[in-house]
Amino acid sequence: MIVAEAKPIKEILEMIDGFNKILVVGCKGCVTVCNVGGAKEVAILASAIRIAKKKKGKDVEVGEITLERQCDPEYIEELRNIVQNYEAIVSLACGVGPQFISERYPEIRVFPGVNTRFMGGAIEHGVWAERCAGCGQCVIHYFGGMCPIARCSKSLMNGPCGGSNHGKCEVSPEIDCIWDKIVRKMMAQGRLDELLKIRPPKSWLTARDGGPRKMVREELVK
Amino acid sequence: MTEYKSGSNLEKVLKAGHFAFTGECGPPRGANVEAVRKKAQHLKGCVDAVNVTDNQTAVVRMSSWSACLILKEEGLDPNFQMVCRDRNRLAMQSDILGVSAHGIKNMLCLSGDHQRFGDHPEAKNVYDIDSIQLISMVKKMRDEGKFLNGEQIDVPPKLFIGAACNPFAEPLEFRVYRLAKKIEAGADFIQTQCIYNMDRFREFMKRVVDMGLHEKCYILAGITPLKSVGMARYMATQVPGMEVPEELIKRLKGAGKGKAAEEGIKIAVEQIQELREMEGVAGVHLMAIEWEHRVPEIAKLAGMLPRPKVE
Repeated sequence: MIVAEAKPIKEILEMIDGFNKILVVGCKGCVTVCNVGGAKEVAILASAIRIAKKKKGKDVEVGEITLERQCDPEYIEELRNIVQNYEAIVSLACGVGPQFISERYPEIRVFPGVNTRFMGGAIEHGVWAERCAGCGQCVIHYFGGMCPIARCSKSLMNGPCGGSNHGKCEVSPEIDCIWDKIVRKMMAQGRLDELLKIRPPKSWLTARDGGPRKMVREELVK
Repeated sequence: MTEYKSGSNLEKVLKAGHFAFTGECGPPRGANVEAVRKKAQHLKGCVDAVNVTDNQTAVVRMSSWSACLILKEEGLDPNFQMVCRDRNRLAMQSDILGVSAHGIKNMLCLSGDHQRFGDHPEAKNVYDIDSIQLISMVKKMRDEGKFLNGEQIDVPPKLFIGAACNPFAEPLEFRVYRLAKKIEAGADFIQTQCIYNMDRFREFMKRVVDMGLHEKCYILAGITPLKSVGMARYMATQVPGMEVPEELIKRLKGAGKGKAAEEGIKIAVEQIQELREMEGVAGVHLMAIEWEHRVPEIAKLAGMLPRPKVE
């Protein structure tokens, strides 16, 4: 899933300073799963905005709604009859959501309420870790099922570098050296010969480096 | 006539069968040409080639190729270091052509320290290709006369290709294989990370020799003299994959106040003498960090002088 984290309330309040009719829009997708942008978090942020605005003596109207998904125009459409009641929207979806909303309703100001961090998953309760860099050409099967593009600080295809330190990355003891794991797993599986192959330079054409991406599936296009 | 890959002084010395002795020069944090010339004067006549670091520890400095040119003017044989952190394949290939055009004949291919350590931790990291891919790219450019994309080069670069190796980094059992990969990719010579634990290095070299890697590539053992107990502790605790045996720290401490540096030099000299006798070791790479002025003394004490002249 896409993992996001809440923006500091101070930053959100600064964004919406001057707006008194605000709609907080949640998303039932990834951000609900990572506890940052579902109905619950929408309610919490809406209350925080009300309290903060009240403290400043402002009379505000803060609406709450949580859409099925913000990355799908059909769900964004559900805002059609509500948006005109507001001056600003704070979206708690990943970076896709606020953009879809502002594309659909160009007359209203849209602000991001979360910082989108990465594609990953929960490794334990309350802890999420990156797993995929979205490079557009998956190669994890060469690396014991682990992605060095996303998980090695240097995206090495022929690691580990000399900075591997007791299973940790030279960048931080908080980061696992993925190449340490790749080597140990593949050697344990008797796949040293595969590790000895020199992996050629990667084409980044399918990654973000090739420019903004778009995917068309003809059979689905009406 | 011997067929040379680049005809650098380092290549000639190694091919002639001499025990090579290389040094290092960290460029200044500015356009201070005199600082480079001064370091060059200390190294001149004492070493066969001089590595010029490329924004080492991810701190901005005068570019490696530019300091290499100054060293060349001073009559030294520069070893141009290039890391994968800051350049994509376009910039790398153009710099490779550029250094060769200016008569630089050695190049060391490295991954590079991650920018989060350095003075611009907010920088975007590049790592378009990795160090092993860089080695193959330089080899392809030199031997096939082709760019990475397969297109023909109009006058290919002539470079003696180097790579690094850290025998002490984990996972230990894989290190010799990674060295083998670098050699297969096209490394002509290897300069290792600095060695303090000679027993472990000896074991490593035994595996290197058993696999016959020393016959495919010249292996230069890295030595960094310890200037103080503090430096030894720093090396032991702060530098990944570095092990400084407790007995070395004891020796430095035991030397007494103000004498640790002398003891550090003594240790380095003993190491060089030991490495000279070690099977598979073709030379020593002396990384006297900000201690270039002590290199002549170390070279002399270690019996490395005079340096051979190969025509």
